[in-house]
Amino acid sequence: MAVISYIQAVTSALREEMQRDEKVFVLGEDVGKKGGVFRATDGLFNEFGDYRVLDTPLAESAIAGVGIGAAMYGMRPVAEMQFADFIMPAVNQIISEAAKMRYRSNNDWNCPITIRAPYGGGVHGALYHSQSVESVFANQPGLKIVMPSTPYDVKGLLKAAIRDNDPVLFFEHKRAYRLLKGEVPDEDYVLPLGKADVKREGSDITIITYGLCVHFALQAAEKLAEEGISAHILDLRTVYPLDKEAIIEAAKKTGKVLLITEDNKEGSIIGEVAAIIAENCLFDLDAPIQRLAGPDVPSMPYAPTMEKYFMINPDKVEKAMRELAEY
Amino acid sequence: MAKEKITMPQLGESVTEGTISSWLVKIGDQVNKYDPIAEVMTDKVNAEVPSSYTGKIVSLEADEGETLEVGALMCYIETEAAKTSKATEKESSTEEVKQETTSSEAADQSMKKRYSPAVLRMAQENDINLEQVNGTGRGGRITRKDLEKLLAEGNIPKSDSSKPAQPSDAEVTEIRATEPKSAPVPQPAVGDIEIPVAGVRKVIAQNMVRSKTEIPHAWMTVEVDVTDLVNYRNNIKDSFRKNEGFGLTFFAFFVKAVAQAIKEYPQLNSMWAGDKIIQKKDINLSIAVANDQELFVPVIQHADEKSIKGIAKDIYELAMKARSGKLTSADMQGGTFTVNNTGSFGSIHSMGVINYPQAAILQVEAIVKRPMIINGMFAARDMVNLSLSLDHRILDGLVCGNFLARVKEILENMNEQTTNVY
Repeated sequence: MAVISYIQAVTSALREEMQRDEKVFVLGEDVGKKGGVFRATDGLFNEFGDYRVLDTPLAESAIAGVGIGAAMYGMRPVAEMQFADFIMPAVNQIISEAAKMRYRSNNDWNCPITIRAPYGGGVHGALYHSQSVESVFANQPGLKIVMPSTPYDVKGLLKAAIRDNDPVLFFEHKRAYRLLKGEVPDEDYVLPLGKADVKREGSDITIITYGLCVHFALQAAEKLAEEGISAHILDLRTVYPLDKEAIIEAAKKTGKVLLITEDNKEGSIIGEVAAIIAENCLFDLDAPIQRLAGPDVPSMPYAPTMEKYFMINPDKVEKAMRELAEY
Repeated sequence: MAKEKITMPQLGESVTEGTISSWLVKIGDQVNKYDPIAEVMTDKVNAEVPSSYTGKIVSLEADEGETLEVGALMCYIETEAAKTSKATEKESSTEEVKQETTSSEAADQSMKKRYSPAVLRMAQENDINLEQVNGTGRGGRITRKDLEKLLAEGNIPKSDSSKPAQPSDAEVTEIRATEPKSAPVPQPAVGDIEIPVAGVRKVIAQNMVRSKTEIPHAWMTVEVDVTDLVNYRNNIKDSFRKNEGFGLTFFAFFVKAVAQAIKEYPQLNSMWAGDKIIQKKDINLSIAVANDQELFVPVIQHADEKSIKGIAKDIYELAMKARSGKLTSADMQGGTFTVNNTGSFGSIHSMGVINYPQAAILQVEAIVKRPMIINGMFAARDMVNLSLSLDHRILDGLVCGNFLARVKEILENMNEQTTNVY
């Protein structure tokens, strides 16, 4: 097994899927010759040519719209939003068209598009390059939202997203691109969409999170283990629709639940997770459900001190975990 | 002199690591702040890393060609001492504060009786007495883990609801209402007197709680005109005392009337026994007798077989024994129905708590002279209220209504012609 970075897992999944199925093609801003601003599509233009690696104008609604049209005609487009922040002009296409296609046409049509977008902060990107946008799409039945945390999950889930017959939003944490490395099998594999994954077994507190925060939680858990605090960590992986069974099981396991997201606290994915736990686990709960999230301010600040204040980091996670363990 | 770290700086957006392509300094070199000390290569840029301090390089912690994470140690540099001592001091003082707060937390028991849903459920399922569990959570809170540990060890403090033996206990439990929950205990203030709950007081408390939680009480009251009875008794009371050596109370007449009515309505002489109701043959009437601190319910055995004088004598003797503390347990056994002389305090209406496991209790209230209307005219009459509390599992309104009506009838017809005290 090779150790590769998070972004290499993206590239590798794209390449293998394009090799496997000639209906798969990528489109987006600078994805062609340049290989993407983060180099996610590096080398694909040379390997597959300009018919399958399309540079598009700076028009996200067109990237999504073209992709949706192609998908309805049987292609398997992988559209890239250069930053998740830029997805807003395409929201109408995604929510009103892609998400509802199968339902609206009574199963006659479907829309197997995958839309990739780098999200998240901690990279001095400020307002237009740091947002978490998943909650915008997280009450749109018909959509799936995948937010992987490890190179292994990235590759297996991106392949699954491309092969899925319905639209999937695939959000990659841009800080994780080169920060996270991990072992990835050489052979072809896919991971199931809609399934959470236990990243660490523990018995004192349960942490439910996704994306880069999984990494922070694992780091904090490692430290707390030395103090005798045993943390159970569930990685949601697919944040919409949620894996209710796994959430309930993880919450019941310890009765003390900490939910973490980098998104603004109000209306975030973890609010829904908290509701699922409240509905199903009352008599197993040993502490109030805790949420650790970004503050409710309009955007990630640019000043490094302020960005640090906004961002989740291992210290904040460790503090919240210890508080809950001691409760 | 102090030793400072120089770490791998963040050399651009989304850059998380850098490779040292070459060191520009060696151990022992004197460097100024901002002097370049190493060349570093990242995904995006090649850059020189400047020194953050003026001083002497004491060690290089990475080799050329090695890749370091952002924030990882690159080298140590020796600097002037003054700049750093402050920071260390501050660090140690915060540590002290931290320790103090932890020790003060240890004594805090404010969360001891805050139970989480999980803890309450486990305590109920396993019959754990939470009062006796030591919590390890914040503020002494009992955590789910504390209980899991107890259960795993099998060392479970049971709740002390040891039920007194009595017929078919199992069935009783099914119908029994939920056990009383322990409410927060009030703490005495300075000057308050604390009276330990022991002996008779404890037994009274237990019986009352048991009766009120287990028995579904219902109540009814009738008003009885006892003018003739009052006249009769007042006429003979002096000669009675002279002849017998003790007083002839109204209460003896009431007990007699009740015993007679119970003979006709034996349902009142019953006991609840879980899956059945036991109707007692003997009519043994409990009466409530109090001294300053305590309340006793001694029994007039076979009240239906006794004359009014016999009953009056029993009441007199039992009351004397109660006041002088000479009642024996034999005096208090076998009661099948209770008559309570609340009227002696001037009470005109009360709702008695049934003397467990009997089926009912009758409160005989004060006799009060009141204007009543008889044949369209006012008359001064001696009136008394009889208040019955009944176990609604055993008795219903109809039989109790009939019983009370019968007691009323007997009492209203007690006079010189119809009744003989001997």
